[in-house]
Amino acid sequence: MSHQKSFQYADLLSVLERVVDIMSAPDQYSYPSVFIYGHRATGKSHVVLSIMKDLELPHASVDCVECVSSGLLFHQVLSAFFGPDAAALLPRCPSLSDFVRLYKQMSSNSPATQTRYIILDRAERMRDMDFSLLPALLRLQELVNDNVTVILLSEIVWEKFRPNTGCFEPLLFHFPDYSKGKSLVQILSWDHHPSYTPELYASYINILLGVFFSVCRDLRELRHLAVLNFSKFCEPLEKGEAKESDIHKLWKNIEPHLQRAMQTVYLREVSSVQWEQQQMDEKEATTLRVLSAHAHIELPYYSKFLLIAAYLASFNPARTDRRFFLKSHGKIRKTNFLKKHEKTSNHLLGPKPFPLDRLMAIFYSVVDSRVAPTASVFSQISSLVTLQLLSQVGHDDQLDSPKYKCSVSLDFILAISRCVCVCVRLLDLLALSLVIQSQVVRQERSLFTAVSNLHLL
Amino acid sequence: MWTPEIRHVASRKYAGQWREITGPAPVKMSKRRSAALTGAQGISLAQKLLRERLCHQKLPDQPVGLDSQYKYLLELLRRTAVHGESNSVLIVGPRGSGKTMLLGCVLRELMSLKEAQKNVLLVELNGLLQTDDKIALKEITRQLHLENVVGDKVFGSFAENLAFLLEALKKGDKSSSRPVLFVLDEFDLFAHHKNQTLLYNLLDVSQSAQTPVAVLGLTCRLDVLELLEKRVKSRFSHRQIHLFSSLSFAQYLDVVRAQLSLPPDFPDPKFSDEWNHSVTKLCEDKTVEEILRRNFNGSKDFRSLHSLLFLAVSRVSVSHSTLREADLIEAWRLISVDSKANVLHGLSILELCLIIAMKHLNDTYDGEPFNFQMVHNEFKKFIQRKSHSIHKFEKPVVMKAFEHLLQLELVRPVDSGVCKVQREYQLMRLMLEHGQVMEALQKYPQCPTDVKQWALSAFG
Repeated sequence: MSHQKSFQYADLLSVLERVVDIMSAPDQYSYPSVFIYGHRATGKSHVVLSIMKDLELPHASVDCVECVSSGLLFHQVLSAFFGPDAAALLPRCPSLSDFVRLYKQMSSNSPATQTRYIILDRAERMRDMDFSLLPALLRLQELVNDNVTVILLSEIVWEKFRPNTGCFEPLLFHFPDYSKGKSLVQILSWDHHPSYTPELYASYINILLGVFFSVCRDLRELRHLAVLNFSKFCEPLEKGEAKESDIHKLWKNIEPHLQRAMQTVYLREVSSVQWEQQQMDEKEATTLRVLSAHAHIELPYYSKFLLIAAYLASFNPARTDRRFFLKSHGKIRKTNFLKKHEKTSNHLLGPKPFPLDRLMAIFYSVVDSRVAPTASVFSQISSLVTLQLLSQVGHDDQLDSPKYKCSVSLDFILAISRCVCVCVRLLDLLALSLVIQSQVVRQERSLFTAVSNLHLL
Repeated sequence: MWTPEIRHVASRKYAGQWREITGPAPVKMSKRRSAALTGAQGISLAQKLLRERLCHQKLPDQPVGLDSQYKYLLELLRRTAVHGESNSVLIVGPRGSGKTMLLGCVLRELMSLKEAQKNVLLVELNGLLQTDDKIALKEITRQLHLENVVGDKVFGSFAENLAFLLEALKKGDKSSSRPVLFVLDEFDLFAHHKNQTLLYNLLDVSQSAQTPVAVLGLTCRLDVLELLEKRVKSRFSHRQIHLFSSLSFAQYLDVVRAQLSLPPDFPDPKFSDEWNHSVTKLCEDKTVEEILRRNFNGSKDFRSLHSLLFLAVSRVSVSHSTLREADLIEAWRLISVDSKANVLHGLSILELCLIIAMKHLNDTYDGEPFNFQMVHNEFKKFIQRKSHSIHKFEKPVVMKAFEHLLQLELVRPVDSGVCKVQREYQLMRLMLEHGQVMEALQKYPQCPTDVKQWALSAFG
């Protein structure tokens, strides 16, 4: 982005001043280590690297995600400061001791006239490397006796980095996030399309932020969404249906589109290519092929019933089976489970394991035709486990009574039961399971809507 | 993109000196005191001196408040260096209390003695660098300059190798041999090596009468002796020097004044007098004294003081040529800020609502772990009953916000190992305190009132 605009955002300018203050003039020392933290896309790497390049300070910039081993880090630092020949002197699997020794040797040959900076981006990865690497780098100035400063950039706060027995504490420095009104709108307006006015783009950005700002503040995500949806925004202008000043009409056109984008492309359920293609096709109602399993998985007929039976087995306690699945269940003993603590409701805690026999019992009562217990039915259970829709609990070698757990959510089950022509009794069973599990006494209204929604399927 | 702004800020600060000094020769400190420097040069020289003192940890002439320890250590090392007595001692003190500084001053004075200068060999090992005994042995060989002597020999054990090295140090006549000082920084890390062979052998040599050897360990752990094996502990002389700062606040203020003042041999006496005068006035100011008192109450060590003073000194430039109390106030604000509160400031409304939901769960269930389903449930209750401004988001969108919080490590799974539990049901804990959340909410920009009310209400 080449811009000659001057910065109007006071908070960013003060940040810039602070960082330049910490840097030293030639022949002066700077603090041995500095830790800069802030949210994603707030400009940490960009500002620090721009300062290094523009003021022509000697620096070595390393991304810790690339450094699978510490040897790679040492190699990059040495070759940035002393040239590739120095880096070639490192032994095969260099230890920190080798690195410090070589650095001392090289810096005694070519001493630093100016502070050298080592910039470690995504420094949270360093915590997973050697335990002594982080404390040693924080006091590198003292260990190599040279004018060097280590700058760590990360998203995570310093308290999570500190080793157990303590270390040399770096200077902590926060990069502020963008405020909606001033900075974010201005920055997003920088990549406006040349054939439209900046005011139109600014109003588009405001509409976009109105939908997405309460969900996400990451600049990269917002830019991505802005770029993808702008052509749809301009569609009425191109077709001649609206003028640039008809903001309300443009808003009405784009807003449902943005809502749909939130459920698909924001969640990366579809790729941006698919999204753009879908916009070019005039048909509005094409359903996108999303990544989520429930849209595209095709199961055999009995597998669907098995899965529904597994869901009921996981989320209903065993003592309610008699009540639901037997034709005549006799006297119902009044139990206290309605008064159970809301927290221990199964829908909140997760699926419970159930034995195979219980699954088959529920399956036979749920399925609408007579099914013989053949191997083909049982093998479908194994394929459900392979598809990770069911998960096996316990050891593999427990052959006579294996236990399973249902790993899919209610939305998936509802989607499946929509495909299968399910009789009303099954819907009642699902609704009843919702009733028992979620403290019907307090949530009657929401429950009735839930039940009626089910009936509308 | 930033170029004009960066150059503008840098030039305002350094008045063109970024481009001026390209060669290696710095501004020479002229012996003739009458040569007056220009304002910019004076500031630059002052900055250089102060930074060297605050950042580079230049050794002071005399360590402050550590007289008895200094005398004791000096005497001990003198006995090793001059009289050939073997010794071992541990210097124990919290981080930043001046262990390395004390040792540096003592060694500096020791090496000024004529007898010590000729004889004594110094080997410096660091537990962070020499993480293994083999690496440590190589380093010892290198520091004693005995690589050629060792050559390609293969030794059976560590002890043989060390004995060979010490044997090689003997001068012409077999009776005397040069005393060696082994300095082991981060001593507690050496105790984690396999079998503690290095420690055992070094302390063994210091107990037996072979060569005069002094083993000096520096560590921040008070319980370092518990880490040693029995056989190693018995060979240690159990001499410990503790560095617990006993400064009073008045002495602390004197130290601050001394650290910020320019030395008397500064080339421009007028400048240094003005500077020292402004520093004295600054230290008498009430707000500055309050800030220093709060720093003193937090920790008495000099490292935290140096970081505070550095942040204030770094603001000094040509346009801003004296240290003012606003600088110190700003520096204190930067140091004492809560970093998690800063992180919470940048979250989106949805993420903030999730944090408030988690806070309510913590309050209701006394800190028991929760999972995503429970948090989503709380959030849904809020949306249905109390909220007007928050849109009802789909579950996957809420899940994505939750995962962002996981990535920022504001929420942490209870067992970080691999579980066969689905993501929504994995138990988590909130890594924030009740007070932190409420404080962050006050500072949150344009927080909707219904969210604030929800946070303040007692039960979800």
